[in-house]
Amino acid sequence: MNPINFVILAAILFSIGSAAVLLRRNAIVAFMGVELMLNAANLALVAFSRIHGQLDGQVMAFFVMVVAAAEVVVGLAIIIAVFRARQTISLDEPAELKG
Amino acid sequence: MVSPVLFWVVAALTVVPSLALIFARKAVHIAMSIVCVMVGLAVAYVGLDAPFLGVVQIVVYTGAVMMLFLFVLMLVGVDQRESLKETITGQRWIAFFAAGGMAVLLISIIGRVSIAPQEAQTGNPEEIALVLFGQYVLVMEVLGTLLITAAVGALIMTHTPRLTPRKTQTDLQAARVLAGADPVNKPMPGVFARHNALDAPALDPEGKPIEHSVSRVLEIRDQMSDGEEFRARLESTANPEDHQNPQRSTESEEEK
Repeated sequence: MNPINFVILAAILFSIGSAAVLLRRNAIVAFMGVELMLNAANLALVAFSRIHGQLDGQVMAFFVMVVAAAEVVVGLAIIIAVFRARQTISLDEPAELKG
Repeated sequence: MVSPVLFWVVAALTVVPSLALIFARKAVHIAMSIVCVMVGLAVAYVGLDAPFLGVVQIVVYTGAVMMLFLFVLMLVGVDQRESLKETITGQRWIAFFAAGGMAVLLISIIGRVSIAPQEAQTGNPEEIALVLFGQYVLVMEVLGTLLITAAVGALIMTHTPRLTPRKTQTDLQAARVLAGADPVNKPMPGVFARHNALDAPALDPEGKPIEHSVSRVLEIRDQMSDGEEFRARLESTANPEDHQNPQRSTESEEEK
């Protein structure tokens, strides 16, 4: 089976992740949607790396993983800080930011 | 070539649990399904001749990132209800339409691509190490800086500076007395009372019963002994023939 099918799978996962980001109000769940999108991009990179028989795609996926780990740490810290300030992690609550 | 069985297993193992992101109610269930997705992706990486990335996926994503998510979920409380009220009208349908449109667009374009796959490289971790520490060594250094920055950033973000001086025991005691509380400990039930059971209120130096020395639970259950009952019991022990309550009398005999 051609590895290009994995790229299609990655596209489907990316769409599901983006739908979650658009739909969910819970900040942590929306954040998990971002994680799923990053992982879908990783899958596409690894599949392309396999298709071309080169390792650069895998190295890129590795870098994406490191950046995603750093992003998770900072993002969850922000969620904790917001939760401490207003006792909620709903994305609708901090609506007073709008002008 | 990748075996079709592996592809379809991976596809089922990733797409089905990831749908929980959209349809599941509880955040913990969503987190566990995303863990399942991560494991499925690790299988896909191993199937795509990237065993190193497969292992890293398991260690970093299922082991660290998703557990961190669960940890934060527990920290903010798993019972955080999600409001289903739409603040933007039609947001749900717009979101479905946008995500579905993107999926259709991506799949239709990828479906038209035809690439003949090359031979896979073998000895994956060694090859990756050569590329990573050869061609991309500067990026590795930058990533190290990024990780340290992220750690410091998380520390700063969750740090709460102390705005008031720390309260000592002296301050706490002074505040209690100011609030009108007793400066000393509460008396135990039965202290100075003539019957040292838990349900007998303590007597103050003037001989009056201190109601709050008895546990509030006994008070709610109506099991606190009042003065009348106490007096009646004293009389009954003085006169052993007319015990009304045999259990009470054995208690009072044990006291003697």
